[in-house]
Formats: sequence, C-alpha cells, structure tokens
Amino acid sequence: MALLGTSKYAQGIGLSGVNPDLASERQTASFSVEGLTTVLDGGAEHTRVRRAVVEVIERDPVFSRENQYFQTQNERYEAAVRKAVHLQKKMHEMGWREDGPEFIYIYRAVAGDVAFLLHRVFMRSISVLGSDEQVAKWIPLATKHQLIGSYAQTELGHGTYLQGLETTAVFDTTTQEFILNTPKISAMKWWPGDMGRSATHTVVFAQLYVHGKCYGVHPFIVQIRSLWDHSLCPGITAGDIGPKMNFEHIDNGYLMLQNVRIPRENMLNKFCEVQPDGTYVRRGSQKINYFTMTTVRVSLLSDEVILPLMKACTIAIRYSAVRRQSKLNPGEKEAKILDYQTQQEKLLPQLAAAYAFHFVNNYLHKLFDRGYKEIQERNFNSLPELHASSSGFKAMLSQYCTAGVEICLRACGGHGYSLLSGLPSLYTKILASCIYEGENTILLLQTARFLIKCFAAASAGQPIPQSVTYLAAVKPGKCPAKNKLDFLNPDIYVEAYQHTAIRLSSSTAAKLQDLIQSGVKKHEAWNQCTVQLVQAAKAHCHYITVKNFVETVEKLENNAGIQKIMKHLCDLFALHGIFSNAGLFLHDGYISGAQMDMITASYLDLLGVIRKDAVPLVDAFDFTDKSLNSALGSYDGNVYQRLYEWAQKSPTNQQISPAYEKYLRPLLHNKLSKL
Amino acid sequence: MMNADLRRERAAATFQPELLTHILDGGAERTRRRKEIEALVINDPDFQHEDLNFLSRSQRYEQAIRKSSLMVMKLREYGIADPEEIYWFKSFVHRGRPEPLDLHLGMFLPTLLTQATPEQQDRFFMPAWNLEIIGTYAQTEMGHGTHLRGLETTATYDPATQEFILNSPTVTSIKWWPGGLGKTSNHAIVLAQLYTQGQCKGLHAFIVPIRQLGTHEPLPGITVGDIGPKFGYDEMDNGYLKMDNFRIPRENMLMKYAQVEPDGTYVKPVSDKLTYGTMVFIRSLIVGDSARSLSRACTIAIRYSAVRHQSELKAGEPEPQILDYQTQQYKLFPLLATAYAFHFVGAYIKDTYRRISGDINAGDLSELPELHALTAGLKAFTSWTANAGIEECRMACGGHGYSRCSGIPDIYVTFTPSCTYEGENTVMMLQTARFLIKSYNQVIAGQRVSGMVSYLNDLSRQRIQPQHVAARTVSVRINDPISLVEAYKARAARLVEAAAKNLQAELNHRKSKDDAWNRTSVDLVRASEVHCHYVIVKLFTAKLSEISNAAVRAVVTELCLLYALYGISKNAGDFMQAGILTDAQITQVNQRVKELLAIIRPNAVALVDSFDFHDTHLGSVLGRYDGNVYENMFEWAKKSPLNKTEVHESFHKHLKPLQAKL
Repeated sequence: MALLGTSKYAQGIGLSGVNPDLASERQTASFSVEGLTTVLDGGAEHTRVRRAVVEVIERDPVFSRENQYFQTQNERYEAAVRKAVHLQKKMHEMGWREDGPEFIYIYRAVAGDVAFLLHRVFMRSISVLGSDEQVAKWIPLATKHQLIGSYAQTELGHGTYLQGLETTAVFDTTTQEFILNTPKISAMKWWPGDMGRSATHTVVFAQLYVHGKCYGVHPFIVQIRSLWDHSLCPGITAGDIGPKMNFEHIDNGYLMLQNVRIPRENMLNKFCEVQPDGTYVRRGSQKINYFTMTTVRVSLLSDEVILPLMKACTIAIRYSAVRRQSKLNPGEKEAKILDYQTQQEKLLPQLAAAYAFHFVNNYLHKLFDRGYKEIQERNFNSLPELHASSSGFKAMLSQYCTAGVEICLRACGGHGYSLLSGLPSLYTKILASCIYEGENTILLLQTARFLIKCFAAASAGQPIPQSVTYLAAVKPGKCPAKNKLDFLNPDIYVEAYQHTAIRLSSSTAAKLQDLIQSGVKKHEAWNQCTVQLVQAAKAHCHYITVKNFVETVEKLENNAGIQKIMKHLCDLFALHGIFSNAGLFLHDGYISGAQMDMITASYLDLLGVIRKDAVPLVDAFDFTDKSLNSALGSYDGNVYQRLYEWAQKSPTNQQISPAYEKYLRPLLHNKLSKL
Repeated sequence: MMNADLRRERAAATFQPELLTHILDGGAERTRRRKEIEALVINDPDFQHEDLNFLSRSQRYEQAIRKSSLMVMKLREYGIADPEEIYWFKSFVHRGRPEPLDLHLGMFLPTLLTQATPEQQDRFFMPAWNLEIIGTYAQTEMGHGTHLRGLETTATYDPATQEFILNSPTVTSIKWWPGGLGKTSNHAIVLAQLYTQGQCKGLHAFIVPIRQLGTHEPLPGITVGDIGPKFGYDEMDNGYLKMDNFRIPRENMLMKYAQVEPDGTYVKPVSDKLTYGTMVFIRSLIVGDSARSLSRACTIAIRYSAVRHQSELKAGEPEPQILDYQTQQYKLFPLLATAYAFHFVGAYIKDTYRRISGDINAGDLSELPELHALTAGLKAFTSWTANAGIEECRMACGGHGYSRCSGIPDIYVTFTPSCTYEGENTVMMLQTARFLIKSYNQVIAGQRVSGMVSYLNDLSRQRIQPQHVAARTVSVRINDPISLVEAYKARAARLVEAAAKNLQAELNHRKSKDDAWNRTSVDLVRASEVHCHYVIVKLFTAKLSEISNAAVRAVVTELCLLYALYGISKNAGDFMQAGILTDAQITQVNQRVKELLAIIRPNAVALVDSFDFHDTHLGSVLGRYDGNVYENMFEWAKKSPLNKTEVHESFHKHLKPLQAKL
C-alpha cells in the first residue's frame, strides 16, 4: 500500500479500513449474518471446523493463489503438483484424515487447485470394481503415492455414450495376458486428468474380446510410465492435450496403446472375470456400481457448481455496492450501481438461486443417504428415481449456475473482464460442469425418460416414487390469485409450478403416443419429441427446487430475522422463474395475462426489498478474501487500490518489453521500410 | 481428402453457397476483392506464426506488434485505402483479434483529423501517420466508465507558463483500460475536466506525451503500465496512466471546437452533436461483428456436428451424426438463422449511416436521433444475443468445445467485451427506451411519429376500437414472414405502451423523475428489446425480396421463418398475454419450428460454408473445412507447451521425492 499511503488516496476509507459504502450496507442487515452462516453450514460445529481448516490452509504460503492469474500452463501445472505433494504432508501434520470431518473443507480451501484429483477416482474405481485381492494389491500402493493413477474412459471420438468406445483388449490364452490397442485415431483416450504428465497407471476402459467374441466395455489397470524415471512404457504414446479454457493446472491427457500387454489379473474383476481358459464369468449385481456413478453427480454439485455461483454473487454484489456510476437524482452523488433496478434484476435472482440450490442440494443428499441405506439392504427399488434425480439436477443446476456466473461477470462491466476480478476463471471453470459427468442435454433426456415412464404408470394406477407422485394429480383449473400479494403465498406459486410440470410431462407423453400410434417408429418419435422432453425435465426439477425451498423456509426457526429474509428469497426465486418462463405458465391459461402482470409487479417489488440485505446475504456465505481471490470482491471493498496494486505485479510490468527493442523501436524511429 | 460426412453434406445442398456469399458480401465483385485481399495476407510468409494458443501473453503481444508494423507498411505498399478493405486486411492479418495499434489507427489518428486545429495537425498528424508518434485514446478511468461526466482527471490551466497541469487526483481517476497504453504508445489523447480561471469547463481532450522518444521510458510525472491479464485480449496492452502535476503546453489541447486563450479565457464550442455520427458508426461495426463472431462459432459447431457421431438413435444402427439429433438442431439452427439476421441488420445500419452521413455534411441531421437511438439498442441486442449464442455453440461441441483447439473459447473471450465497451448494454437499451418513450408521448400528444417507431401511431386508433386486438389474433399466418412482422410489431407496441404507462404511474406516485425512471427500468429495457427484435425481423423479411436466385431465396426464407417463429416460441408469454396469438397457435408455432429444423438440416453445412471463412481465419481444428478433426487434434496437442519434454521437470522436483519419502 506504500504507493497509496498518501492521504488523498486514503480518502473514502473509514477507520476500520472498510469502504464506508460497504460498511453502511452491513449496518442495516435485517438478520444475523453469523446465524445464517451457521444455517448454511448445517450447524455451528461445522462452521468452526470449516474456519479452522481454511485458516490453516490460507496461512500456508505454498497454497497461495495470488499469482495464479499471471502463470502459464506449465507454471500452473507445476504449482498444482507442488501443492498436492505439500497437502499430503499438511494432512499428516494436522492429523486430518480422508474420512475425517475436515476433509470436505480441505479441497474447498485450496479451491481445487491441486493435482492428483483423478488419482482419487483411480482409487475409487478400484475399490468399487476390483476384487478383494485387487484392492489389497493396489490401494496401499496408491495411498502411499508409490504410483499415481488416472481414469481413462472418454476417447477422442466418444464421450457420453460408453458403448461406443473403440479401444480393444484382446485376451491371449497362451500368455494369460490382455493385449490393448487403439485401433484408430478416434479411439485414442482423450481428456483424462492427471494423465498427460503425472500418472504412472490408469484404468483403461476397453472393449473386451475373448476368442473373437466381444463382451463389451471393461476396466483394465494399465501402467503407462516407468516408476523409476517416469519415461513412457513400451507401446504407450501419451501426453497433454493442450490448452483449455481453464483447468490449466490439470494435465488432461491423451493415450494411445499399441500392443500393450497386461497380465490377466489387471482386469478389474469384481463383477466380471476372464478365467485362464478364456471363460467369461459374470457375477454379482452391478447395481451398486451404478449407484456409485450416480452419486458422483450429486457430490460435485456443492463444490463445483453452487459454490462458484455463491462466489460470483459475492464479488458482483460487493462491487456493485462500491461502484458508483451516473446519478439517479440530480445534485446527488453518483449512485451505487446496486441501486439501479436493472442491476438488481441481474444479480438478485442469482443470489436467490444460490440459496435455492444450496437447499435443494441438501435435499438430494438426504435422498441419497436414504437410498444408500436401502441399497445396503439389497433393496434397489429407488435406483431409477435416484438416477433420474442426479441426472436432472446436475443438468439444471450446472446450466443455471453457469449462466448465473456469466451474468455476474458481465454485471461488473469492464473490470469484470480482468482476470483479477476472479470472475473469468470462476466462469471458465464452472462451465466445464455442463459437460463432464454426462452432457446436460443427454442427462435431461434420461430424467425425461423416467418422468414419461412414471406418468404412464400413474395413469395406469400403478405406484410411483415419492418425488413424482404429483404426476398422478392431474387436475385442470386456474390459478386462484386475485392480486399481486397473493403471489407471495407459497401455496399459490408452488401449485403453478406443479401444474406446469404436469402439463409438460403429460402433453409430451401424449404426443409421443400419438406419433407412435400414427406409425412413426419408436426411436424416431422419441427424437421428434426431445426438445419438449428436455423442457419437461427442467420443469420437474424447477418445481422440486421451489417446493423444497418453501419447505426449508417453513422449517427454519423464526429468530434473528433469518426465516423472514429466506422467505423473501424464496418468493424471488419462484416469481423470477415464472417471469422468465411466462409462456410456459400462460400456455393453457392456468395463469392469465392479468395475473402475469401481478407476478411481474410482485417480482419487481421484491428486488427492492432484497436489495437492502444484499451485502449481508453474500457475507453469510463466509468466503475469505483469499478464497475469492478477487480485486473486486474483497470484504473491505477497497476495490480500486487492490486492483491497481495487483496489476503492477503483472509480469508484463516487471520486465522490459522484449517487443520494444525488436519491433517498437524501429517502428518509432520511422524505419518502417527497413522492417 | 475431405471427410466423407462433410462431402456428403455438401453434395446434398439445394443451393450454391457462392451465390449466398455474394449476397453477404454485397455483390460478386466485393467477394472477389475480399478474397484477393485475403490471399495477399494468407500467402505472405511474413504473416505466418506459431499457433497463438501455445504462446504466453508476452509472446502474443510481441507477435501482434510485429504483425501490426508489417501491416501498416504493406497496406501502404499495396495502396489499400478504402476503409472496408483496410478492415478486411487487418482482420486477416490479426485473424479477428485485437492488436496494439487498434487505438492508434482507430481513435488517435481520426481524433486528430476531426478535433485538431490545422496547426496541431501539422505538429502531430504526419509523425503519427509515420508512427514516430504512437497514440492511444485515454478516456475510461478506474472508477468511471459509461458515465463520461463523472471522469475525475483534471487539466488546470496555468496562464503564467501557458501550460495545462494534468493530475490524477484519486485512485479512481487513474486512466484504466485504454488499449496500447500499457507498453506501446508514447502519446495519449487524454480526456480530462478542464479548469481555467477557477472554473470547471467540463471534459476536453488533450494530447499528452507519456514516454520519452528514443528510450521509450515513462516521462517524469507519468506512471504508466499494463493492467494485467484479462479474459481475452492477450495481444492488447490495455494500460493504466497516472499523472502527477504533469505539464503540457497550451497548444496541446485539441482546439478545433473549444479553446483556451493564452490568458485563460475559455471559448465555447459551437455544437457537440457531431459526435453522434462517430458513435453510430462504431455501433454499426459492433452489430456487424456480432454477426461475424456468431457466424464463426456456428461454422465450427455445425461442421463438427456433421463429423461427430454419438450414441444411437436406433438400436443396432451405426452411431448417427450428432447433427441428426433434434436437440442439437434446436441449439444450432436458430443461431444460424440469427447470424444471417444480424448480417442483414449490420448491412442495413452501415448503408443507412452512409446515406445519412452524406446528409450530415449537407447539414441535414433530422434522421440522426432515430438512428442513434436505434443503433444503441441494436448494438446491445445483437451483442448480447451473439455472446450467448457463441457459448451455446461451444457447449454444443461437448468436451472438445472446451479445448482451445476448437477456437470457440477464443471467439468468445474476444467478443464478449463488446457487451461492455462503446456503451454498456443495459445503458444502451435505456437510451433506446428514452427515444421510444419520447415517441410514445408525442403520439399521445397528438403528433405523428415516423420511421421504425411509426407503429406507435396506431395505438391511439386501437384504443377507439377495442375489438382490434381480438381481430388481430386470427389474422397471424405463421408461414408468412410479413404476417409475423406484424405480430412482432403488435408485441412491440404493447410493451412500449406498458412501459410508458408504468412509468407514468410511478411519476404520479413520486416526486423525482429519475427515481420513477429507475423503478421502471426493467420494463423499459424489455420495451427496447422487443422494439429491436421487431426491427430485426422486419429487416430480415425485407431482405428476402431482394434475392433473385430462387434456390437461395427459398433457403434464406426458411431461415427467416425459423428466426421469427423461434423468437415467438421463446417469448410465447408476450404474444399470448397481448392476445396476438392463442395458445393453440403457439402450439402450432412450436411444431412448425421443429419442422423447419428438419427442413434446414440438409442445407446446414452449405449455409455455414456460405459465410466463407478461411481455415486460417476460423482458427479451429473442429471447424476445419475438410472435416479431418481427430487427426488434427492429435497433431495440435503434440505442440502443447506441456509436451515440450517427455518427462516434465515437476517429476524430478516433486513426484520423485514424494515417492521416496513415503
């Protein structure tokens, strides 16, 4: 701060060091910020543990991300490896265990900026798919990092559709080995993390052939690099797939296999085995495995999808309370941009969504905990529902939150475009979540398939899972609201969401039926309805989210003003959804044109109400400045100083521009013709 | 060897792509000339370089400045002087990316021409033309962007020495963002609040030397540097500038209009309306850029979707091209139609500007306010839409879209600032709204309005005939573009009126006009959006009759219908609420949209081929003309910086010690 130490630059900074524009926002909070933080964490003890972990990680300079925005891909990668190695040490030192209460907060505190994330997937896949002997052999080695694993599923030409993979593993009975090959360029493994540079082993998914017969896709443990000098093993071609929008710290890789031989024991064989004579044996149920894969989609929502939106809201809302632009009233100071209705309309619905999704994530976790218990008791009835929920919510949340982060980015004007705002990297990272663990459109279609099935079952009077029982309640009618205040009644808007969700499922089901009856082939009829099916799946998830938000608010204790402000956010989330999808709600006249005007009025009124608590509502997310890593979003609101000082540290300012001597100088000295 | 899928696609097209290219270029002769200029650049070994994706930011800046120097020299050598031809040359050289001399060529030189006195032109123009002086245009400050009057930099006149003293009095007043300021320029045109004889005279422009000629070191009193890494614009040294009692001679204020005399007397400018013209011109460029950027993204996504095979539509059959999935068509074809729509809108503004700017010189500015208001909204509408559309295209390419080799991340990060610069989009929408409300109030006051807002004249008539709305409902024919224009017009009329009424209601409740305006601004932005949407559908439809070739006209008509119907489907609420369409008609519209997807499907590749982007310019492995995607992805990846050595150094530094310790 030396450069800005002079008094004139300190103008506008209060004694506490907090920008008075932000300090004043905090003085008028209608609720207890600490109380809300506790609610979000799920209890005061969790808040305490989380803060303790964050404190330890952030105090350690090895984990600093201050220079991250200045680093090249090579530097990012190296830093991530260094941090991963250091993290092992740190955990040991602190006595943190992978199954301890601290663990979920560690990854969050390092902001995911560490290598060897796929190493964990490697270990999990062995635990799930491997036999007891395989687990006993590989897991200790992996735990001690005597090998580094990866997980090689997607190929250059194949992603979501697993059966289409082209890598082959042919069993050779004479040597008791599998021979792995990449038969063509589109079959090359492409994208697996940690594989480009780090991994020594990987789980390769390949089509299994025994005696000329194909048995489908199976997992094989393949060593790809020497444990001694890290050079590539014979028959292996591997490397980094090159620069991406983000994830520069991860060495996503490619892998080509040419007659790579591995022992028979390296096929993960808990469920399927090739016996020495080539007999193929299938055993047990894969359903638990299937459940595990489904769980991954839910487990990533919190850290990879919801937290980034919370961070983006924190940055954009704090900055909007500091940034002044134009005058709202002549003669006054320039207004905070947060006071503009158009700015509120961009940011506050995102804030409400962040809360809505936080709560629906809790709902999903409960659903999965219950499912897990049932499955342990060998009851697999809830699997379809769990699969449909994980697919639909992963798709809806990642799409919504990605769009939300981008809105926050653009709401910060020019400065949002600077990497130092933190927003571009939040955005480029979250948007990958729309693709990995299942491309969103495909996931929504899986949810839709479940809905259509349940709808048919309900129509036939058969029992259906709890989350979709509403589909049986088809009842025509009109929304009973009479004035704009009626739309602040949750019963009214939950009913509207339910009605629309039912209408979209039922009309799509009817259309499918019509097409099939008119002679269109089943698959073709399905393809012709996919746009509507996607819409139906989204409406279902949106309905559940609203309903869950309402139920969560009802259960909150009415102290410290928390329930009241959450009710406002819930109303805003619900009404914004109707306002933005007016056509869907107006379509069959359930909501009339006049009612839509009332909804709009109520929605706009709510913006003004929530505006007053906007800063406390993002403060409650309780992000440290280091975790935000943003010049615009820091707690003290000293935006411009931070931006200026940080920019000066840019490498572009620390070196004499090589371009000057080589190009600028001749140019400036009017030696154009000599170039 | 062309990929078999793409070859089949091209063979199946129902029209000749070249003919459509001619329409987009504005005639066969323009196409020929564009390709000629393109060839000059592409065949020139001086403009070749390594893939920019593998270079650091400093290296990218260096490449850009190298090419810019050559570009200036070669433009003069080839005698290319027509602004459009210069634009082509520049975008081929820099492949659609910004470059460090942009502000020098695009702002510094033109500002000298329009605002400098003859004496100042003698001193500065030729050195600047010869690049002895490289300048930038320093307007925005850290704390101030769109609202110009809020700028804080001061220029205080000192009659004793006949100098201006420039100061950055606060941290928020530090100039921030100007391109070419960080490392390249030695001069800047600085916008500052002028103080003379103890009074503030508002914003004026000053020519400020910032770096020593010869050594390029910052001058005493000047702190200047690069603002650090950004989302994109790696080639550009956006900079900061802080001035501490920095003195410049009186003659360095640009004084063609306003003047400060030696004794400090201030002479007011005659008129400042002329700057409207420049703003209209720049916004028309952004509309064109929206069209081009979206076209590039569509080209990549549609070609790749024709090459990529995935899953199964029918059990047992080979994996289909992903372009055959309805959901994929629904993502991409409306964007393709939008790209065409924006092309025609961009051309319309450019032509209208050309026509009117003739009038400006002749002194007839009557059409300027409407065009100014309209272009503000269209700039916002098209840049927002294209911004989202580019992302949609990237997403439609799945995982590979996320790789820089797809080229779409680069298109996005280069394009997205246009939502902010030259007027933040929400502010632009509100400018258009101001014009709409003004026009509405004129109609209410009994006057007639003309131009694109003339539909507001009908509002008073409708009030007399309340059945009019109902009569309109049945009259919309969903397969007739002209009828759809009417539907969009009715929607615009309804929402402009609703915003105006809400504004009036707020005014009746409150004292402050500005407060009422703010409390209505969400409605006002909506009103502007629907007005712009109407204008675009109208201009697209009008274009159809100009296309002489029947096959081309047929396919462009399908795109136009898709654009209009998709817009209705997505905004069904507006059309139903206004009673323009019934829900039964909306169902028909939704159905028709899906039919159009299937109709357009066979021509999709030919329709992006018509944009005629050269592979070098497209910069995408996924969007290559020959469709040989996978081989080239592999070749591309092998050049990645992480692959420079087979064993990465971090193995020896970190991994090996870890394995040894445990």
